[in-house]
Amino acid sequence: MSETISRQHIKLPEGSIEKTTTTLNLGPTHPATHGVFQNILELDGERIVNAEQTVGYIHRAFEKLAERRPLYQITTLTDRLNYCSSPINNMGWHLTCEKLLGVKTPKRVDYLRVIIMELSRISDHLICNSILGVDSGAFTGFLYVMQYRELIYEIYEEVCGSRLTTNMGRIGGFERNFTNTAFEKLEKFLKEYPDVLREFENLFTRNRIFMERTIGTGPISAERALNYGFTGPNLRAAGVDYDVRVHTPYSSYQDFDFEIPVGKTGDTYDRYLVRNQEMWQSLSIIEQAYKKVQEFKGAEAEVYHADAPEYYLPPKQDVYTKMEALIWHFKIVMGETEIPPGEVYHSVEGANGELGFYLISDGGRTPYRLHFRRPCFIYYQAFSEMTKGSMISDAILVMSSMNLIAGEMDA
Amino acid sequence: MSLTNETIKTRLIEKFGDQVSHFEEPYGLLTFEAPKEMNLKVMQFLYDDPELRFLFLTDLTAVNYPDKQGRELAVVYHLHNLADNIRIRFKVFTDINTPEIFTATQLYASANWMERETFDFFGVKFVGHPNLKRILNVDEMTYHPLLKQYPLEDQTRIDKDDAMFGR
Repeated sequence: MSETISRQHIKLPEGSIEKTTTTLNLGPTHPATHGVFQNILELDGERIVNAEQTVGYIHRAFEKLAERRPLYQITTLTDRLNYCSSPINNMGWHLTCEKLLGVKTPKRVDYLRVIIMELSRISDHLICNSILGVDSGAFTGFLYVMQYRELIYEIYEEVCGSRLTTNMGRIGGFERNFTNTAFEKLEKFLKEYPDVLREFENLFTRNRIFMERTIGTGPISAERALNYGFTGPNLRAAGVDYDVRVHTPYSSYQDFDFEIPVGKTGDTYDRYLVRNQEMWQSLSIIEQAYKKVQEFKGAEAEVYHADAPEYYLPPKQDVYTKMEALIWHFKIVMGETEIPPGEVYHSVEGANGELGFYLISDGGRTPYRLHFRRPCFIYYQAFSEMTKGSMISDAILVMSSMNLIAGEMDA
Repeated sequence: MSLTNETIKTRLIEKFGDQVSHFEEPYGLLTFEAPKEMNLKVMQFLYDDPELRFLFLTDLTAVNYPDKQGRELAVVYHLHNLADNIRIRFKVFTDINTPEIFTATQLYASANWMERETFDFFGVKFVGHPNLKRILNVDEMTYHPLLKQYPLEDQTRIDKDDAMFGR
């Protein structure tokens, strides 16, 4: 306490103030927190002495609900974890199921999935970085890139019919083949987006105000970041090149050539740079994947799901007209298919870190237990350590640069 | 990639003898079990050993098995060695009446909230935890909702007149 008193600049008359620190509730519905978070800050002037986070405002008991739902109904729950990149969650869940059930997906499905997953990574990073700009006072970048997120959402819409909570795909692949419009939109995106991203970087990367606000704000060392369970861009900004896509490749990520960008100091600026670099890498992965998809010829070019009738929901028109499809549909929906008992942990590189699914099946129609490893729930606890001693306005930047998503944190 | 499941298993058995048991490899992930008094010792060994170096706690959660007498709760740790890129799963069983387990917060700072979550949903008391209170549920809650003894609401109930949600 003596230290806090000595840092005070204004000499107050004796006895005029009882407390030397102020308590401030930042949130739960503060517009700058971009979600339902509460931070109880203990302040000395504008400097943060201590911060305590309260989470759970939008807890929806997904893990309990999942114990009553068949595998397909859980996909809708995963949508609502990190809702800025729901397709990654959907596919992570389907990949977990495929691992448990032993379904092998064809290469074309893997590549199509990679395209969608990288698109959603771009849209997620885009939001995170542009919101970081908004929080530091630069609104233009945000408005400018929004239309390209819109284009990504249009591609989702073309592929699965919805935009934000996508509920995309099936166990074993997609519910329908990509239409020509989807590929046209993808081509448009690949053609136009590099310029946009370059423009976006021009607005921020060497911007004097932005740099001064973000360099050295909320740093974390590699060692502490690992100890705190950081994953994803936040860990890489601290200098650890851990990426699930490279370490335990899923969905044929081993077929692609890409780099893992890393930072050095783990501060807000490094997190921003890593995210931007990752968008370039994602773009190059999408290009490679699209090229590979175009190489399929003949019957192979029409493949969009695995041949696993016992788990893959048949198309609706077949259900109405074909006996076999009707039987499989009935069996899947009523939970009559064989689900092997077993324990499986599968993780994917979500947009903000390692998104893991720990699934225990006892052979029944629903999981016995399902646990989501939500990356931002785990790394948010480092927030008070990262902001201790900094200003309130810096804490806001640290928060938005960590890419915290309330829906994911509270599950 | 020098470290293999086999090496980890041998090293663990060398150190702890038959106290570590139930070695399995479901889907290639080495899974084993230790008595609950030993959980911190085993983790400390996995953390400190120059060959093993499991420095990263990926996940911590619990599972409820109401039918297993004396082993109703399993606390499950997923550890990851990032250098050799190998994961292990480590389980500790406890009975539901004395669900006391040593905390891993001294080793892994990330365990703090994960243990609070596990306490919140399963009532596992982590001995030595700096701030063991509910995290996602309201503080006033008197039970631990993910235990199997609390079923979800019966979907066919008709006694509820809820104009807002149409039931």
